[in-house]
Amino acid sequence: MFRQHCLGTVNAIQQEREAAKVSGSCVCYCRVMTLVDLANPTRFLSLTVRLLPFLATATAVLLLLGLHLSAAAPDDYQQGATVKIMFIHVPSAWLSMFVWGVMTTAALGTLVWRHPLADVAAKAAAPIGASFTFLALMTGSLWGRPMWGTYWEWDARLTSVLILFLMYLCLIALWRAVEDPSRAARASAVLTLVGALNLPIIKFSVDWWNTLHQPASVFRMSGPTLDRAFLIPLMVMALAFTLLFVTLLVAAMRNEILRRRVRALQMLQARGFSSEIGAAPRASQPA
Amino acid sequence: MSLGPYAPFIVASYLAAALVVALLIAWIAIDYRNQKRRLRELEESGVVRRSGRSATGR
Repeated sequence: MFRQHCLGTVNAIQQEREAAKVSGSCVCYCRVMTLVDLANPTRFLSLTVRLLPFLATATAVLLLLGLHLSAAAPDDYQQGATVKIMFIHVPSAWLSMFVWGVMTTAALGTLVWRHPLADVAAKAAAPIGASFTFLALMTGSLWGRPMWGTYWEWDARLTSVLILFLMYLCLIALWRAVEDPSRAARASAVLTLVGALNLPIIKFSVDWWNTLHQPASVFRMSGPTLDRAFLIPLMVMALAFTLLFVTLLVAAMRNEILRRRVRALQMLQARGFSSEIGAAPRASQPA
Repeated sequence: MSLGPYAPFIVASYLAAALVVALLIAWIAIDYRNQKRRLRELEESGVVRRSGRSATGR
């Protein structure tokens, strides 16, 4: 019954591919190809071999350009040269939320669509997201000391980002605590979806509460309030950090697929070993 | 380029960012090498995937 269902699904996909080819609908064909092909870890591994050098080169070029623009940016009339901290603090803070957003999508992929790579992506993204969140908190503190006169303040934005960081750590601990990857994936997906409630709190904390942290100055309905001299380096660094995240995510996903293959082979090895032990006494019995 | 009186805070921020990114890259590279080595050892000991293909995917 299950086999017939699988065969039926494969046939349907093949028919859909053929139909897409015949109709010349490139977009539709690409969509079908991506969904089907990327669900296969072996194809994903071969894709990473071709993709990673391009991603790493693009990231390095953009990071160098961003650092050059950051160094050349003028001092702010109020912040002075400490405005340069913003060029790494703001992209890190954006990525801390963006990575959780990616993990939330992956959690839906695990629970709803059962995509084979969804939990691989979620597990690989968590330590990277935690690192960017740590960086946002660290650079924020280093900016806060000269500008606010304190490294830390328990205001809504800082506290909600600290909670995000702790949730990343909880998620990493959960992945490591549950040995079976499929069970760990489901538990982590539920925790990720619950944690996603924190994202709008972080975003709107500066509007809902009276905080020391300044309100949004880039993504606003009325446009950015930043001068182009600061906006351009900031956007280049944000793009570079995003590409860095994508590069690291693809590489970490490749590692996770290999780790699961190691686990599968070790289980096969253990089964072979136990069957040898079980077979030995029977072989020694007299006929 | 003068960073003014707050230079230690600015330099510390960029150093922290460089350190975190370097640690992430090193962790991923070391993990990749470890997984490949473990797969090679398992395949050399005669354990193969049910499909019979190489586990490294190459």
